[in-house]
Amino acid sequence: MNKIKTLEDLKLLREGMQAKFKLRESGNNAENIVRIKVAMSTCGIASGAKEIMNFLIEELEQQAIEAVVTQTGCMGYCYAEPTIEVTVPGKEPIVFGEVDKHRAAEIIEKYIIHNELVDGILPMNYRTIDN
Amino acid sequence: MADYKMHLLVCGGTGCKASESEQVRDNLLAEVEKHDLSDEVQVVTTGCFGFCEKGPIVKVVPDNTFYVQVRPEDASTIVMEHLIKGRKVTHLLYKDPESEEPISDSKHMDFYKKQVRIALRNCGFINPEAIDEYIARDGYAALAKCLGEMTPQEVIDEIKRSGQRGRGGGGFPTGLKWEITSKSVADQKYVVCNADEGDPGAFMDRSILEGDPHSVIEAMAICGYCTASTKGLVYIRAEYPLAIQRLKTAIKQAREYGLLGENIFGTSFSFDISLRYGAGAFVCGEETALIHSMEGLRGEPTFKPPFPSEAGYLGKPTTVNNVETLASIPVIINKGADFFNSIGTEKSKGTKVFALAGKINNVGLIEVPMGTTLREVIFDIGGGIKGGKKFKAVQTGGPSGGCLTNSFLDTPIDYDNLIAAGSMMGSGGMIVMDEDDCMVSIAKFYLEFTLDESCGKCTPCRIGNKRLYEILDKITKGLGNEEDLTRLRSLCKVIKDTSLCGLGQTSPNPILSTLDNFYDEYLAHVRDHRCPAGQCKSLVKYTIDKDKCTGCTLCFRNCPVGAITGEKRSVHYIDNAICIKCGVCYEKCKFDAISVS
Repeated sequence: MNKIKTLEDLKLLREGMQAKFKLRESGNNAENIVRIKVAMSTCGIASGAKEIMNFLIEELEQQAIEAVVTQTGCMGYCYAEPTIEVTVPGKEPIVFGEVDKHRAAEIIEKYIIHNELVDGILPMNYRTIDN
Repeated sequence: MADYKMHLLVCGGTGCKASESEQVRDNLLAEVEKHDLSDEVQVVTTGCFGFCEKGPIVKVVPDNTFYVQVRPEDASTIVMEHLIKGRKVTHLLYKDPESEEPISDSKHMDFYKKQVRIALRNCGFINPEAIDEYIARDGYAALAKCLGEMTPQEVIDEIKRSGQRGRGGGGFPTGLKWEITSKSVADQKYVVCNADEGDPGAFMDRSILEGDPHSVIEAMAICGYCTASTKGLVYIRAEYPLAIQRLKTAIKQAREYGLLGENIFGTSFSFDISLRYGAGAFVCGEETALIHSMEGLRGEPTFKPPFPSEAGYLGKPTTVNNVETLASIPVIINKGADFFNSIGTEKSKGTKVFALAGKINNVGLIEVPMGTTLREVIFDIGGGIKGGKKFKAVQTGGPSGGCLTNSFLDTPIDYDNLIAAGSMMGSGGMIVMDEDDCMVSIAKFYLEFTLDESCGKCTPCRIGNKRLYEILDKITKGLGNEEDLTRLRSLCKVIKDTSLCGLGQTSPNPILSTLDNFYDEYLAHVRDHRCPAGQCKSLVKYTIDKDKCTGCTLCFRNCPVGAITGEKRSVHYIDNAICIKCGVCYEKCKFDAISVS
């Protein structure tokens, strides 16, 4: 273990650690950042939701977009798996279907960054008990 | 390094550990391993989440799912359902006590909504045994800032401006205390952390040391810098093994990083910390007694002045601060005095940690801004009284405090308001009582505690409290008279005025406040020899209603002392000379035939 001799040493260590820690901090601040839920039930996983989730996490991190990516259960759109629900702060959640890596990149680029809508939005066909 | 996508935070506080949280963590680790998720899911032991009522707690981030009362065997369900299939495990979620609806996100729980966590900022969030996690949360940045950019006097001024007052009970301004030590001239000065938490029902200091030991270490070093002290001592009770272990680990890590030891951050400042164990005497929370105990002498207080800031440990200037006070210091330095003094009331700034206990739904550890009302704490955060009973009183300040009633529920909590109401802040224990609690017995309970803990040095405390106890005992046995109440009151005043230290000066508080607020209840005991709450056993009488008794013999068979007589299918009788008032017959009777008076 290296000794911390200067303020710079401390800052370096802190920045290194904060990357690992971002997950917990983001969880604490979830309302104010982009939230993505990836449907990961049997059908979702079978059609590649796990890779999409990994891709989203890596891609968002590379582009330095603060976001929380979590998995969720079956959203019911099994015909359009993999599906993801994207919530941009201050907006209604939107569900995208048939998301492959290409489309995932498009969603990040167009919807999350530039706020343009992308094809393949699934209609919300039910209400939850929350609203 | 593994790129974790999910963290499982498992509470490792003493409360949750007692209900097998270590086994929960081990099982979770094993399950994660089994499903080959070790690279994606990190299992972390953290400090106390505060929601001790429903421990053990497991929190999943980033989705903030809050699982309560997790059993070791639930680990596989959590991993299979939540981690793999992404479905929340509904039966482990916290349920809103009123609507019975499960709440998945801890942010929606009333318990957390009104809390502002400063001293507890890292409890339940970081792994207390990993200094790196503390550093990621701006740990040791305050120390670096002090050493690099501020003079000791500037730091002291900042603390003074923050308005922080000692959280151990006395409420002495922290900055002023540091300033006095810094101005004392001596070849050696000391920083002492008072971790001798002794109030019944209080456990905030333990939880901070268990959940975030580095915050205390950092603050002690800052205090050392301000007061030109090179040695720090933590006086901690030996009954806190987990806190001691975590503190030791933390000190070792800080030394390895060079954050304790010689020439910290490459400056000329050197500071190191060692531990001193207390044997759990309540009086040793008083600073002069604490210092004597550390010196190897009897834990007895001495007259002040001289104050420890002038002549303390081994006769040298010593700053004594409580754990919670210290834990807030790094935040004051990092975020500035204005951040801290924008929270709270005019004369009490910042937040205060309270340990909720007694007849309350959400027993646990909370931190609220000064000025929050008792009603908010008890009913919103605490979730109200257990079993839907009526609120009767809340005891604050431990054995030195008093009982506050309904009429004080809307009083904003701060140092001065609590004293004006006849109680005190103390270290922050809050024991809630309902209609079944007898206030005379409560006063007697606290006095019994003081009696045990009095060091015996001065007469008013040693003998006076004994006499008070005898009078209360007489009253609860139905042998008191109205003159006793007058005697109680005048003796209380004498003890308050003439005792040497805080323990004696405040020991009559539970009696005085109950006399003031529940005089009727005392009167019922001495005049009618009746205990309205039905708690004083000597005053309770069980009788069997002739018309309702069916002669089922159930009470006869269950009475442990054979006080009940009667033939099968004929009315039974209780012999009150033999009855020990255990209440078994009352609970067993299926026909409501037994009454208490």
